[in-house]
Amino acid sequence: MTSVQKINDFVIKIATVNGTGSASANSLLMKALFRMGIPVTGKNLFPSNIQGLPTWYEIRANHDGYNARTGRVDMMVAMNAQTYLKDLAEVSPGGYLIYDSTWPRDKQLKRDDIHIIGIPLAKMANEHFGAARVRILMKNIAYVGALCALMDIDRDVVRTLLEETFAAKPKLIDSNLEAINLGHDHAREHFECPLPIRAEAMDGTRDKILIEGNAAAALGCLYAGATVGAWYPITPSTSLMDAFEAYCRKFRVDPDSGEKRYCIVQAEDELAAAGMVLGASWAGARAFTPTSGPGISLMSEFIGFAYYTEIPAVFFDIQRVGPSTGMPTRTQQCDIMSAAYASHGDTRHPLLLPADPAECFELAAEAFDLADQLQTPVFVLSDLDIGMNDWMVSKLEWEDTRQPERGKIFDAEDLANMENYYRFLDIDGDGVAARTLPGSHPRGAYFVRGSGHNQYGGYTEDGEEYQQVLDRLMVKWETARNKVPAPELTAAEQRADCGIIAFGSSHGAVTEALDRLNENGIHADYLRLRAFPFSDAVQEFLDRHDRVFVVEQNRDAQMRSLLLLETRARRDQLIPVLHYNGMPIPSDIVFESIRDHLRQEAVA
Amino acid sequence: MTYIAKPKVQWSGQRHNELGLTIRDYEGGLSTLCAGCGHDSVTAALVQAFWELAIRPEQVIKLSGIGCSSKTPAYFLSGSHGFNSVHGRMPSVATGALAANRDLIAVGISGDGDSLSIGFGQFAHAVRRNLNVLYLIENNGVYGLTKGQFSASADPGSKAKKGEENRQQSIDPIATAITLGGSFAARSFSGDKNQLVPLLKAGLTHPGCAVIDIISPCVTFNDHDGSTKSYAYTRAHMEAATFTDLVPPAKTIETDYAEGDATSITLHDGSRLKLKKLDPEYDPGNRAVALKFLEDHRVRGQIVTGLLYLDSDMPDFHAVSGTSKKPLTSMSHDELNPGADALAKLQESMR
Ligand SMILES: Cc1ncc(C[n+]2csc(CCOP(=O)(O)OP(=O)(O)O)c2C)c(N)n1
Ligand code: SF4
Ligand SMILES: [Mg+2]
Repeated sequence: MTSVQKINDFVIKIATVNGTGSASANSLLMKALFRMGIPVTGKNLFPSNIQGLPTWYEIRANHDGYNARTGRVDMMVAMNAQTYLKDLAEVSPGGYLIYDSTWPRDKQLKRDDIHIIGIPLAKMANEHFGAARVRILMKNIAYVGALCALMDIDRDVVRTLLEETFAAKPKLIDSNLEAINLGHDHAREHFECPLPIRAEAMDGTRDKILIEGNAAAALGCLYAGATVGAWYPITPSTSLMDAFEAYCRKFRVDPDSGEKRYCIVQAEDELAAAGMVLGASWAGARAFTPTSGPGISLMSEFIGFAYYTEIPAVFFDIQRVGPSTGMPTRTQQCDIMSAAYASHGDTRHPLLLPADPAECFELAAEAFDLADQLQTPVFVLSDLDIGMNDWMVSKLEWEDTRQPERGKIFDAEDLANMENYYRFLDIDGDGVAARTLPGSHPRGAYFVRGSGHNQYGGYTEDGEEYQQVLDRLMVKWETARNKVPAPELTAAEQRADCGIIAFGSSHGAVTEALDRLNENGIHADYLRLRAFPFSDAVQEFLDRHDRVFVVEQNRDAQMRSLLLLETRARRDQLIPVLHYNGMPIPSDIVFESIRDHLRQEAVA
Repeated sequence: MTYIAKPKVQWSGQRHNELGLTIRDYEGGLSTLCAGCGHDSVTAALVQAFWELAIRPEQVIKLSGIGCSSKTPAYFLSGSHGFNSVHGRMPSVATGALAANRDLIAVGISGDGDSLSIGFGQFAHAVRRNLNVLYLIENNGVYGLTKGQFSASADPGSKAKKGEENRQQSIDPIATAITLGGSFAARSFSGDKNQLVPLLKAGLTHPGCAVIDIISPCVTFNDHDGSTKSYAYTRAHMEAATFTDLVPPAKTIETDYAEGDATSITLHDGSRLKLKKLDPEYDPGNRAVALKFLEDHRVRGQIVTGLLYLDSDMPDFHAVSGTSKKPLTSMSHDELNPGADALAKLQESMR
């Protein structure tokens, strides 16, 4: 059995049972690596359940900053008897598995091509700690201690982290440190430490933070000046509103009066949440709702209403596995089509496609500007992987000079100096007419209606008048095309053999795959979509490549379909690379699919 | 331009309210409803109530769902912003608008189909949130706009125009509002302007969700014999429990009420509700009494009208939420954005 030396390039996977407090142990472990300067990402693979079902946490440390999943597991911490067999099978040859040797080892728990390390974690925790709940927690902290010894993770860093976390409860610092030392000392005594797979301090996390996409998106809403949030709880979007509320409590509560400069409404359902967002936006606030696929389905009637009545609104769709309830705690990019054309009739909506939490922040703020400028619903399509996992990204930044772009609004003064005001009259030719806000001036009064209306805002059943408004909405769509964030091009170092298009949380996997393809002599230009409608740069990219792989996380190749519908791409030009089992897309899938396709093509 | 604007004719000698506005200033576009439709009378009563209260039209927002009733916001207060939303969802739009700008005066207009079937959930939640809206249900027992199907407020035993009988139980929006913890529940009749206008004024002034169920006959689909929501039936079976009047803060209370059976309730803006009980045993401050009263009369086939329940101290949506008194739409960017330094500092804990 050979073990390759791997410094700052490994995957640790921890198998536990949910509800046992392993989350704090795992985040302690990840933060320790981060503080040592090693780029890390953590992926929480959890069940749709509150307590008692298997859950895994995967930490990838990589000196080059690759953050996607890979097919590899170098160190498995198998704390869950229920899943031992599966976990054992998953360890890569030459890798390691730690199990709790308090109980005799299951006979089946055997593999000759990996190293198996038994540590009596439960026994040690039971001997040193009293209450049952504490014992379970400390058993988890003890494996972190063991990993400190085995993988050379800096115990001083761990201590500092514990001191920061439990600053208010010093007793907990001591007990946690005791558990760390138990695991550490046992490993030191019984095994040769450190293993060839190990950590080493480096300088790869300066100016970086660890943050979940939902928290970052919430910060984007806060900084954009959103004041009204309406929502109905749904995984994986809930933590976005939780974070928004937490930040508002911190920054938007008047210290003297306790008055809140925000209003969050937990609606009776998603239909109501959408209605509240529309009502608030129409009245002049910046308003948003976070939801997931089932919520978008329910909101559809209002989304079409907002499109036709031209009300700004921001929808966060933190996508999860569908159809129907699907797998609520698993990730996909499966609402592209349903968001792009949400609602009946001719409707189409701008989509923003953040690739990581930093972009969730940036594009959340951007979404409000776009919604206001275009007076239309704007979707931020994030997903569970981005939204609920800790990603390492560059520090978020805000320019204090930046002001919200509120778009065309006639205020009381404008109206007072006007003879007539008509809600839908396109004066500038960009498809966007100025709106007015309730409460400002009687001359600005208009009547919002989802029924047929003409450019003056009046009710109509006249075909020509109706069509004039509908056609003007397409002029607005062209305006949107030039306003939405441009795609990001990564050009191949040499003449490219093919193109790759991807977006959102697939980005990390594609970036890594590009390097591996390059190593294998395959050169690809990569275009990362950041928005719909597709700007001209997308068409140009398509024009320049005969073969374009479209990487996405759904079964039906939805982005490919959207490209076929909305650009001049040919069907045989766009080759789908799909991953949709609910786990974040691993880089090897991307690499292998493209390599194999090109090989086959060469043979054929 | 094909929308129908009503010419505003001003002539000298017209009465002006405190703002110097005439009743014409509170009118809207020409109604396109059937001649004789109860909804048009409600519209007229609203014009009167807003004019009498001397509310600036631009302070008002008019919201509705879908239905003949929901079309009516186009027919009054042309100087106010209006929002004809989707079927059954007026309450959520009103919630959002008021969340954004609490200084707006909101009137929500709905139908029995709009609020008691497709929008029953939103109706319930607007009531339990005690949203500061005047919530009118123009109740005709049918879906007017889709041509006369029974609605959920149709009484068991009442007959449709073509003769078929409704066998399902009816939903009483007022009993419902009271059980949901509503703070203001009233019923009236579109044909009784003397009762309706003061109730509308009381509802507009009430600091919370004021639900008024207005029996508003549909002359086209539900005004025949066998209907329990026709003009004739309603007139014959109406039982007024209370008479309400609203006295604005500035005015002294005129004593045209017999002392003893009139209560005066001071509202938060200083105006006073004069509530005269027409039935001596009636107590509009007691939920159990109100519900029993409604039920006793329902059994006898009587339609109870008047202000049936009132709790003017119940905290409204914003009081419960703790929202700032200053409307959120008036906040400057600086009041909302914590700034670059705060962001940098916040991120220290993310390392
Ligand atoms: C989602 C949806 N479903 C159905 C309809 C059709 N529809 C329009 S009005 C209406 C019923 C309205 O009844 P009510 O609220 O009692 O109003 P009325 O016309 O009686 O005043 C229905 C079912 C619709 N507009 N939207
Ligand atoms: S159908 Fe009935 S409710 Fe509708 S406008 Fe005519 S009378 Fe009124
Ligand atoms: Mg009706």
